[in-house]
Amino acid sequence: MARVEFLGPIEREPMEVDIKNLKELKDIFKDDEKLQEWLEISAVAVNDTLVSDLDKRIEKEDKISILPPVCGG
Amino acid sequence: MLELYNGSLNVEEILSRWYREYKDKNFGAFINFVGIVREENQIDGLSFDIYEPLLKNWFSSWQERAKKRGALVLMAHSIGDVLVHQSSYISAVLSPKRRVALSLIDEFVEDFKANAPIWKYDLVGGKRVYAKDRSLKLPNSGILSSRG
Repeated sequence: MARVEFLGPIEREPMEVDIKNLKELKDIFKDDEKLQEWLEISAVAVNDTLVSDLDKRIEKEDKISILPPVCGG
Repeated sequence: MLELYNGSLNVEEILSRWYREYKDKNFGAFINFVGIVREENQIDGLSFDIYEPLLKNWFSSWQERAKKRGALVLMAHSIGDVLVHQSSYISAVLSPKRRVALSLIDEFVEDFKANAPIWKYDLVGGKRVYAKDRSLKLPNSGILSSRG
């Protein structure tokens, strides 16, 4: 199972998902209205590298991070 | 060098230590930027969450970029609460000549604002309120959204 972490202000517990790619994750989230508000503005990292391709293959031990807008300093 | 601290930064200690550490390394320029929390909108201070693995990757890529120009970048940042008039952020560039350091400090701080995985909250009446309006979306944001 891959692990999904919701970072910063999203305030959700991590979850385990059985998926082959990020398209399948998008499908899992599609009816979660509250989360959609965050997904609209959030970036996605797989194993701590930002990704742009939903076809990216997800392996069992992968870590997927959801990153809302940032503001350091 | 990337340093993370719980709570506010001890600016005098950090800057003087960096200065002592690098003054004999033949860098002709040492330029730093210190962020101080301003009193505004009735906030008591700011608070920060950091995603360390990605921040370390981001910083390492900057260190490589600086190295190609003969320079070095340094950074310190707070995790958690930092009250008004305390400091949460220091960045610095060391380089053989001033032009590179002056240019790099600007690029480094701006890229930090846009890409460092850090989340800021206002401290208001003991609560943390996400500074959504002041935050910037990371590259390729929205790819998992089913809206639009």
